[in-house]
Amino acid sequence: MGDPMRIRAQAKDDKATVRVLMSHEMESGQRKDASGNIVPAWHIQDVKASLNGKEVFSCEWGPAVSKNPFLQFVVKGAKAGDKLSVTWTDNKGDTRTDEATVS
Amino acid sequence: MQTRRQTLKQSAVVAGLLAGTGLFPQYALAFNKDAFAAKSINDALKALGAAGAPTESGDVTLTAPDIAENGAVVPLAVSTTLPGVKQVLLLVEKNPNALVAVFNVNDAIEPSFATRAKMGQSSDVYALAITADGKAHYAKKEVKVTLGGCGG
Repeated sequence: MGDPMRIRAQAKDDKATVRVLMSHEMESGQRKDASGNIVPAWHIQDVKASLNGKEVFSCEWGPAVSKNPFLQFVVKGAKAGDKLSVTWTDNKGDTRTDEATVS
Repeated sequence: MQTRRQTLKQSAVVAGLLAGTGLFPQYALAFNKDAFAAKSINDALKALGAAGAPTESGDVTLTAPDIAENGAVVPLAVSTTLPGVKQVLLLVEKNPNALVAVFNVNDAIEPSFATRAKMGQSSDVYALAITADGKAHYAKKEVKVTLGGCGG
């Protein structure tokens, strides 16, 4: 279980722009440690978001997404006060969910 | 002892890998999706089930810097005005595994996404929109990287 995500969801007209900053190492699997062994890949592979409990967004990531990933997407029909939750799952099965209110 | 069936299966796997890379038979990553393990853009597309050759399209917009000083954090944004888009992909041609991210598009979401990617070296970056009929439309941009973000 990683550190909390920072989620900001801003409603404008009939849609909301969601920006998420996750805290994750996102190890690429290409790097070698001091003794020359490859550091195994460790990265978020699945991100989902739901608005008021209904899933609206999903994506899959490879190890090439940067460390402490940033993600931005636009949800249609979101209004101020709606609950938006974001969940990530990494390739070690670790998962974290955080919730924010659309403003 | 291996049965004939196992042997055949393994050689098929190895042949597929060799065909994909032309160079490296070893399988660097044990990620569960073929698409993310694919070394080249075409392999990644095949694994995702896109039909036909991708066509360049002005309706797909890729926003990326001309020069990225730090290859570990390259901001990429993609949006499209095409109707019926099912998936939006970000690919970096010269990364060890070309596919960076797959965004699934549905009615509740606008096909407009932004994230940050690692790039090992200067390369073309592709943004691909796959429509419901399996056609792939792309936009590409060359990004020069001063400092690679994959080794170290």
